[in-house]
Amino acid sequence: MTALVVAEHNNKELKPVTLNTVTAACELEQDVHILVAGHGCASVAEQAAKISGASKVLLVEAEAYENFLAENVASLISNISGDYDFILAPTTTNGKNVMPRVAALQDVSQISDISAIESNDTFQRPIYAGNCIATVKTSDIKKIITVRTTAFDPADATSGSAEIITLEEINDAGISKFLKEEIAESDRPELTAAEVIISGGRGMQNGENFSLLEGIADKLGAAIGASRAAVDSGFVPNDYQVGQTGKIVAPDLYIAVGISGAIQHLAGMKDSKVIVAINKDEDAPIFQVADYGLVADLFEAMPELESKI
Amino acid sequence: MKILVPIKRVVDYNVKVRPKSDESGVDLNNVKMAMNPFCEIAVEEAVRLKEAGKAEEIVAVTIGESSSQEQLRTALALGADRAILVETDVQAEPLGISKLLKAIVDKESPDLIILGKQAIDGDNNQTGQMLGALTGFSQATFASEVNLEGDNLSVTREIDGGLQTLSINLPAIVTTDLRLNEPRYASLPNIMKAKSKPLDVIPASDLGIDIAPRLETLKVSLPAEREAGVIVETVDELIDKLKNEAKVIS
Repeated sequence: MTALVVAEHNNKELKPVTLNTVTAACELEQDVHILVAGHGCASVAEQAAKISGASKVLLVEAEAYENFLAENVASLISNISGDYDFILAPTTTNGKNVMPRVAALQDVSQISDISAIESNDTFQRPIYAGNCIATVKTSDIKKIITVRTTAFDPADATSGSAEIITLEEINDAGISKFLKEEIAESDRPELTAAEVIISGGRGMQNGENFSLLEGIADKLGAAIGASRAAVDSGFVPNDYQVGQTGKIVAPDLYIAVGISGAIQHLAGMKDSKVIVAINKDEDAPIFQVADYGLVADLFEAMPELESKI
Repeated sequence: MKILVPIKRVVDYNVKVRPKSDESGVDLNNVKMAMNPFCEIAVEEAVRLKEAGKAEEIVAVTIGESSSQEQLRTALALGADRAILVETDVQAEPLGISKLLKAIVDKESPDLIILGKQAIDGDNNQTGQMLGALTGFSQATFASEVNLEGDNLSVTREIDGGLQTLSINLPAIVTTDLRLNEPRYASLPNIMKAKSKPLDVIPASDLGIDIAPRLETLKVSLPAEREAGVIVETVDELIDKLKNEAKVIS
């Protein structure tokens, strides 16, 4: 049998989280297929075909799938699920939106946000905002899974040569309609794909002060993130948020500036390889998880750091 | 319009839970329980729609043990008109819960179902979407804004990288994200009034639905701890460590 990975993309580019999901799928099954559902997304299928470990790419194009509406995409996945014993998607807002709908259509209990694979039916997953790790064993024959992508390495995206198969399978429930999307435009890398992230917290005091992080981010090629406190205070938009209710990240270097280190923030970044904390409060919990801590006033330390790196 | 608001009793969000010493589960002895925060947002949104004259009735429902009546009373104090407890001792999974909710939907025929995007205990983020599949209703998850426009609902959703706005047909399912609203506190008079609002208890077994769990929890353990590193004295020392020790910048 075979595993199916639901590709994450924007009809133009394959998102890197797909690569980590393929790695998880390859741990479960020898044969891995990738589903590219969208509209005008043939180039995404070509990118997916180069992922090492995948033997087939299923390309399904229709207007009904253009914006990945849950009702339509879930029916599509459910309809083609017969050949697969594992169906995996990354734990993105798309994956979270669509996969439980597929699972219920298939009468399967979904396993959300797996962080490790112990065997073909036993998985680890974080619960209680990452304060505990549950090991769960499923009795369902078909396994429907979302993958915490930071817990799996990305598959090679250049050496594969999967066959692209075009499917004609159109499901338009006609009960939901896309109106608009506002995606923050930025020259910086996406938070979930960045190798370096510099995040600001309540200690930044206001939104303007985030410019102190920008120069450093430019020099390091880093993405800029924020704690929930900074987002709730209106300093930066919600899509900056790193944490249990925001984005889960695991870059090579995470620099936390003026962030106290609430559990909810730590849950989103504590798998980073190297963590740096800069905070004037030496008792801030963030120092308990930081590899390097600097007790300093960020308004002095940030300009100095920018000038010296 | 009638709104159904499924809610959940969970460990209070301020409590730091720990695994039991034998790792058989989470230690829930003597911990404070509360309504799941995302469910509070769902109740609040329903109450606001009613206050705006767009909904006539709000029915709160939960699946769980008898003790969950406490959270239903909270929902009633916040503005729900009546409540239903589907009583069971089974620790049902989102799939089983959605099946029971489907039975309630069949009975109550709501136009709109608003529920939390996830419960902060299991962090599954499944129930709303699964109920969508079982009812065939449209869905808008992770909502940060909801506007009723005739028979359609315009919903702004928090997605990776920004916001997306959908128009969905009623009957519909909406799951709430943090920024949808700021829930009110129940006033004392409303808490008193809630005591006399109707709360029906239906034994789950009466609904004849298989809710046996499919997942077995083998173990609950602490995540790998990160050890605190070193405190550096200066920015220069920090840069030196990052370059020469951690080798993460060049």
